[in-house]
Amino acid sequence: MSSGAVDPVDSDLVGPASDEAMQVIPLRHPWTWAASVLVVLVAAGVAWSVATNPAFQWPVVAQYFFDGQILAGLRRTLELTVAAMALGLVLGTALAVMRLSDNKLLSTLSWLYIWFFRSVPVLVQLIFWYNFGALYAHITLALPWGTVLYSASTNDVITPLTAALTGLGLAQAAYTAEVIRAGILSVAPGQTRAAKALGMGPVTIFIRIVFPQAMRVIIPPVGNEVISMVKGTSLVSVIAMADLLYTAQLIYARTYETIPLLIVASLWYLAIVSVLSVAQHALERHYGRGA
Amino acid sequence: MTEPMVRIRGLRKRFGEKEVLCGIDMDVRPGSVMCIIGPSGSGKSTLLSCINHLERIDGGTMWVGGELVGYREQAGKLYELPERKVAGMRARIGMVFQHFNLFPHMTVLRNIIEAPIRVKRVPAAQARAKALLLLDRVGLADKAAAFPSQLSGGQQQRVAIARALAMEPQLMLFDEPTSALDPELVGEVLAVMRDLAASGMTMMVVTHELAFAREVGDDLVFMADGRVVERGSPRTLLASPREPRTREFLSRVL
Repeated sequence: MSSGAVDPVDSDLVGPASDEAMQVIPLRHPWTWAASVLVVLVAAGVAWSVATNPAFQWPVVAQYFFDGQILAGLRRTLELTVAAMALGLVLGTALAVMRLSDNKLLSTLSWLYIWFFRSVPVLVQLIFWYNFGALYAHITLALPWGTVLYSASTNDVITPLTAALTGLGLAQAAYTAEVIRAGILSVAPGQTRAAKALGMGPVTIFIRIVFPQAMRVIIPPVGNEVISMVKGTSLVSVIAMADLLYTAQLIYARTYETIPLLIVASLWYLAIVSVLSVAQHALERHYGRGA
Repeated sequence: MTEPMVRIRGLRKRFGEKEVLCGIDMDVRPGSVMCIIGPSGSGKSTLLSCINHLERIDGGTMWVGGELVGYREQAGKLYELPERKVAGMRARIGMVFQHFNLFPHMTVLRNIIEAPIRVKRVPAAQARAKALLLLDRVGLADKAAAFPSQLSGGQQQRVAIARALAMEPQLMLFDEPTSALDPELVGEVLAVMRDLAASGMTMMVVTHELAFAREVGDDLVFMADGRVVERGSPRTLLASPREPRTREFLSRVL
């Protein structure tokens, strides 16, 4: 300290000891590290136990993993998922647009459809479509004054495949419609006003302005629905369609290798859903542009 | 006297029970700038929305460039036209909104060329060339590839003006174009509007910028409670308003 009068800018009294910039240390989380190590150890223990327990019968899993029957079932599951989901999306979009329409007739019809197809269990719908022939033996499309455009025996039209597609697709449309409606409502009304002011017609506005923005909100729940559908297709076993799970069940009913075959089916479901999750991520990025 | 660009007679508009426009008469000469001021809720913005039929009207008639917008006249009655037909009429009227309303999923360039390509069927290359000229005119030539979220409010509003101009409108409607902007960004938007007025565009501007109205406006209208209270040249009206309602409003905003 200098002698004499008190110096107001004395460096001992105000500010840090040094003018040099000091190193900044972010808050450390040592317990997170410790817990991570513990989790890895537990996971390794479980994995080791599962891999070495002979009751899992891993050789049997390996034997059936690429089995012809299993692969045919896998293919059927994928086909049903894609086709039923496509039907659900197209019909669901139409239902959502109808539901939001100013036209009372259209919005009421859409409401009734959604109410009915969400209320009746999908299992019942599948069995109903499968047995449609018992209600109407012939399907006929005719003009009012009697010209027949199309006519066929119901049992020729409604095969297990068409019954499965109709049942799954129509029910899916009801759920998808609500998701798409929420997406459309999430787009700011100013977007439609601006597009109208530029002279765009209703169809252009929907396709170019509203729908791409709605997709941001629509994709995550629809991704969920697709994943549900992959596994939901296993319901078609009630109408004797051999999808992935039902094929596995058919095999273990014969061989009694229940656990290994269920593992085979589960591993394939895991693989499908993993691929779908990557696809969903890519779609989210695409429609997230500009956000 | 030449035919007015906009002719409004006895325009009425209700929202439910509330009448928001109670018989508006207005003429806008071609190439002139009409500014509309008034307290919030006076019906200024609704008036603009009626002109390009973003809102239905409940009475009166309106012509833009000598044609009815959104309606067809038959035997003394106005029949509303289907949305498809109205769209073609709106294409001739540009509109700029308070909150810009750019399309957030499209680049700046795409925002501008979308309507010319989809509505007027302009070839893409031609639309793009025109869009770049317009961007240059609003001082944003380097922002063509940006998304709206990457721009400031003032820049977004200038893009919105370019987007409206790309349709080569006969008339431009501005609905409080600077009200949502930070104060330091207002000037750049007003500068673009000043240039546009100088180029001879017919403009209707709902605004709170009295200095702009005084400097650029040819006519000034003061609206309150769905009526035109007073109109005249901006200088006279702002300097010596006749109506008490106008005086009261000006004393509060000046």
